[in-house]
Amino acid sequence: MKTGAKILVEGLQREGVDTIFGYPGGVILPVYDELYDSPIRHILVRHEQAAAHAADGYARASGRVGVCMATSGPGACNLVTGIATAYMDSVPMVALTGQVPTSLLGNDAFQEADITGITLPITKHSYLVKRTVDVDRVVQEAFFIARTGRPGPVLVDLPKDVTAGQIEEVPPLPEKVHLRGYQPTLKGHTRQIDKAIELIEKAERPVIYAGGGIITSEASGEMVQLAERLLCPVTTTLMGLGSIPCDHPLNLGMLGMHGTVYANYAVTESDLLIALGVRFDDRVTGKLPTFAPHAQIIHVDIDPAEIGKNKKVDVPIVGDVRSVLQVMLNRLKKRDDRKQWLTRIRAWMRKHPLSYKSDGCLRPQYVIQELSNLLKGEGIIVSEVGQNQMWTAQWYCFRKPRSWLSSGGLGTMGYGFPAAIGAHFARPDETVVDIAGDGSFQMNIQELGTVAANNIPVKVVILNNMFLGMVRQWQELFYDHRYSYTELPPVDFVGIAKAYGIDGIRVEQCEEVPSALRTMIETDGPFLLDVRIEREENVFPMVPAGAAINEMIGGHVVPERELELAAAEEGDVTFRPGRKAA
Amino acid sequence: MKAHTLSVLVENRAGVLTRVSGLFARRGFNIESLAVGTSELPGMSRMTIVVIGDDAQVEQVMKQLNKLIDVIKVSDITESEIVDRELALIKVNAEPGSSRSEVMQIASIFRAQIVDVGAKTVVLQVAGDPGKIDALEKLLRQFGVKELIRTGKITMLRGAKTVQPTK
Repeated sequence: MKTGAKILVEGLQREGVDTIFGYPGGVILPVYDELYDSPIRHILVRHEQAAAHAADGYARASGRVGVCMATSGPGACNLVTGIATAYMDSVPMVALTGQVPTSLLGNDAFQEADITGITLPITKHSYLVKRTVDVDRVVQEAFFIARTGRPGPVLVDLPKDVTAGQIEEVPPLPEKVHLRGYQPTLKGHTRQIDKAIELIEKAERPVIYAGGGIITSEASGEMVQLAERLLCPVTTTLMGLGSIPCDHPLNLGMLGMHGTVYANYAVTESDLLIALGVRFDDRVTGKLPTFAPHAQIIHVDIDPAEIGKNKKVDVPIVGDVRSVLQVMLNRLKKRDDRKQWLTRIRAWMRKHPLSYKSDGCLRPQYVIQELSNLLKGEGIIVSEVGQNQMWTAQWYCFRKPRSWLSSGGLGTMGYGFPAAIGAHFARPDETVVDIAGDGSFQMNIQELGTVAANNIPVKVVILNNMFLGMVRQWQELFYDHRYSYTELPPVDFVGIAKAYGIDGIRVEQCEEVPSALRTMIETDGPFLLDVRIEREENVFPMVPAGAAINEMIGGHVVPERELELAAAEEGDVTFRPGRKAA
Repeated sequence: MKAHTLSVLVENRAGVLTRVSGLFARRGFNIESLAVGTSELPGMSRMTIVVIGDDAQVEQVMKQLNKLIDVIKVSDITESEIVDRELALIKVNAEPGSSRSEVMQIASIFRAQIVDVGAKTVVLQVAGDPGKIDALEKLLRQFGVKELIRTGKITMLRGAKTVQPTK
């Protein structure tokens, strides 16, 4: 005889689960009882939302399926934001929730919530398991669906009588899951690839626009090879950072609302946009009709629904981007006649580098640059959402895939700290740093408890401006400086950390930054830096919402005279991304 | 903007209707009608969905439907040779001696059956393409339609062709 809970936990082991992030409660008790003797590690969070984000961070850092667990009703509801975050960014996750016994389903029982109903629009699929005999099959299917095709979260709702119930014999599982309604296309269509190659060979001003799909399908190597083969510049989305080393000569950095001027100019002037694992999000495209207006577009994505959803494309290719790139690489010849296009881009880079004022004030960009120098682009950097996220995307030098975890699609404040916890368990030997704002950090500040209890060596850098900075920036620029409910009172974050037994330093002067960062990185356990940054620093350049991406505001322009001096020193066509403290 | 007829094969499972209708609602697609029932294939149901939209919108509807794990096959059969039928029950005022005979006459022209006769009303059952039902309803309105229920149309390809699972 086996209980549903035992079948579940054995199923999780079979799927390779080593860590679950969760929070117990009434109806999930049979599962917790089973976990008590299980080799699977369970990390007790302080709020279920953090369990979902930690599972998400675990998944993004490792590429494996992250698992979170909560009880019914409020527990399950608290997972919702984390599940939605994973859904928007295509993160493989299985969320296990307790449910009231099947006999009480629909009765408004204590702690009952229709969680499969609530999460219907934010899950790839979901199951309400009604019989113990189905548990094993559902676990197998849930993990299969979560990690294959375009990955995403799958919710499994487990009524108490299903996990507590016993069955004599567990029906054998098929070796391979077969779902007649779910068969993702992995191989790109040959004729479409032919067409793409034809366009690529003709293009004079191509740009690769690479996104999270490159990271998910582990296609960075192929993508960079393609760029080098074609001498084609690459711009990445927020989710694509790390797919090409930041200092690669063909890397233009991020495009879109807070992208680099030169990336946005390059896309605007390109005659061919090679879109790889991207979804033409509004934060990338700005005003759609003026996005890449002169370009033919090749779009490779595993999800057919993303192709043509926002922007009409000329050559759609449904398939796994890595496999499609491999086919293309076998057929594309080396190009060396790109001088004119690269020279033009280099001129933009010189003229419009990313920049900030180095006037001795404590600026966030400087903090991130110093951290990047210190870690040499290694480690795992997690961000919250808002200015901290955009500054990190602009100024941290990412060199590897899965070294950057951030809530892109949903833009979930409070994501970073718990996701950093998850990332640590996925790759325990890496330094994990959460770059936070004082607003975001306070959304899941309770996880200091989880970090302290398990001595999880995550580092937190709070870029503290005592504002909800990004909203304040919009109020400054678009709402006539009317700072409606965006100012936050000062908080003694170091004091709070200390109360949990976690070390920290407050940094108030520019000169203190390097040594404080070093202390943080060299400390064995968790550490918190409360960095009091220039309060009204803005994220620039910026494309106002709904504008064309080449209509950027606030970008730095290098004076002509300086450009001439620089040009005299350089000669070749290779270029380095412009990052400059002016 | 025009009406597209989608023939959809789905798993006959709890929640599948919610998944399909929820998808239409949250993505802002307009359903004109939706009819669902079991099929000749074990464990599968067929849906006929009429959706209003331009070609790009309907393409997006179909792609999004296809993403649902419980959806097995989606076909746009608008441009195909099809048979489409809808069933309606119409309760209409028909007092003996005044309008009853006229109602019965109209019913017979439309090949509608009278399935219930009350003191003051009759219930007509009519099957046909949606246009025919519209026409009948319009004609009966002068007598006073007390209640009208339509199933939504179901559609099938003519000839030997069928909508079958391919994936």
